[in-house]
Amino acid sequence: MELVQMQKSLQDYTKSLFLDGVLDSQFLQLQQLQDESNPDFVSQVVTLFFQDSDRILNDLSLSLDQQVVDFKKVDPHVHQLKGSSSSIGAQRVKNACVVFRNFCEQQNVEGCHRCLQQVKKEYYLVKNRLETLFKLEQQIVASGGMIPAMELGF
Amino acid sequence: MAVGEVMRMEIPAGGDMSVTSPELHVLAVDDSIVDRKVIERLLRISACKVTTVESGARALQYLGLDGDKGASGLKVNLIVTDYSMPGLTGYDLLKKIKESSVFREIPVVIMSSENILPRIEQCLREGAEDFLLKPVKLADVKRIKELIMRNEAEDCKTLSHSNKRKLSEYIDDASSPSSSSTHGDSSAKDFPSSKRMKSEDEKFSSLL
Repeated sequence: MELVQMQKSLQDYTKSLFLDGVLDSQFLQLQQLQDESNPDFVSQVVTLFFQDSDRILNDLSLSLDQQVVDFKKVDPHVHQLKGSSSSIGAQRVKNACVVFRNFCEQQNVEGCHRCLQQVKKEYYLVKNRLETLFKLEQQIVASGGMIPAMELGF
Repeated sequence: MAVGEVMRMEIPAGGDMSVTSPELHVLAVDDSIVDRKVIERLLRISACKVTTVESGARALQYLGLDGDKGASGLKVNLIVTDYSMPGLTGYDLLKKIKESSVFREIPVVIMSSENILPRIEQCLREGAEDFLLKPVKLADVKRIKELIMRNEAEDCKTLSHSNKRKLSEYIDDASSPSSSSTHGDSSAKDFPSSKRMKSEDEKFSSLL
């Protein structure tokens, strides 16, 4: 595939993530923090997010599987995930966490289980999309090209 | 001025008085590894030196405020801390810093993902310089940096102005022993009200 074609694909793909609400403007903030001196900043932060989230989701599953659910343990985990997803612009994950926290407050076990499924769904979706995005970027760089700056006109 | 000195201007020895612009050293406190990475980059890209720690307790350790002697390394010019942290919250950390005679001059900025007005008010009352809503953006960091730099410049002006006033009062007192002197209040009139005004006066009365 031609370089120009790859760059166009990347731009279209990135744009679709914003239009679908998977990512929000905070992701653009992160991209602004990336430059020649820190060329991998975004993927580094996102990788940290994946590692952190895997851990949190695991803890959440364990906490909700207890005979008696300790909401004092569950809520801080959800709060953490809400925070980190917000920091990287993973909008749908963040929104799912907001709903989750409401059910925690109500001490609604059933609701919390449903929320955890929803959060996981959104998380795997953004993880998948971002991994694809980084692959596209890598292909461009490997072909000797530059990653085009995001056009903000949409 | 040793205690309370927060900015050190580097003046090269031997001649040329052109001053290099000082770099703020910021201590960033956040229990989230993702947020630490982001705030560190935001600060570095804004030409600050950064030290990140993962808890209020570690922050106190770094400053040397936890009872153990030996503060580490560079002087801290600004503390940026998350509010919701396990153990010591950002508010707890803020209180401890403002209670310390050595560190209370250091501006503290609180970050939170929750826009809770009573929380914000509580922090500002306790002496926080500002409150940032997460997710923190580059514009927020730039604004904070400008605020801190401006405060430093004002402090320098306040210092020299107040020193002159104290000196003239001292001279007046010396020449007419019966005159009542008003140490400390006069400086508050001419300057816009600032959270830092009170601590400046306290500092001076200890010098007299």
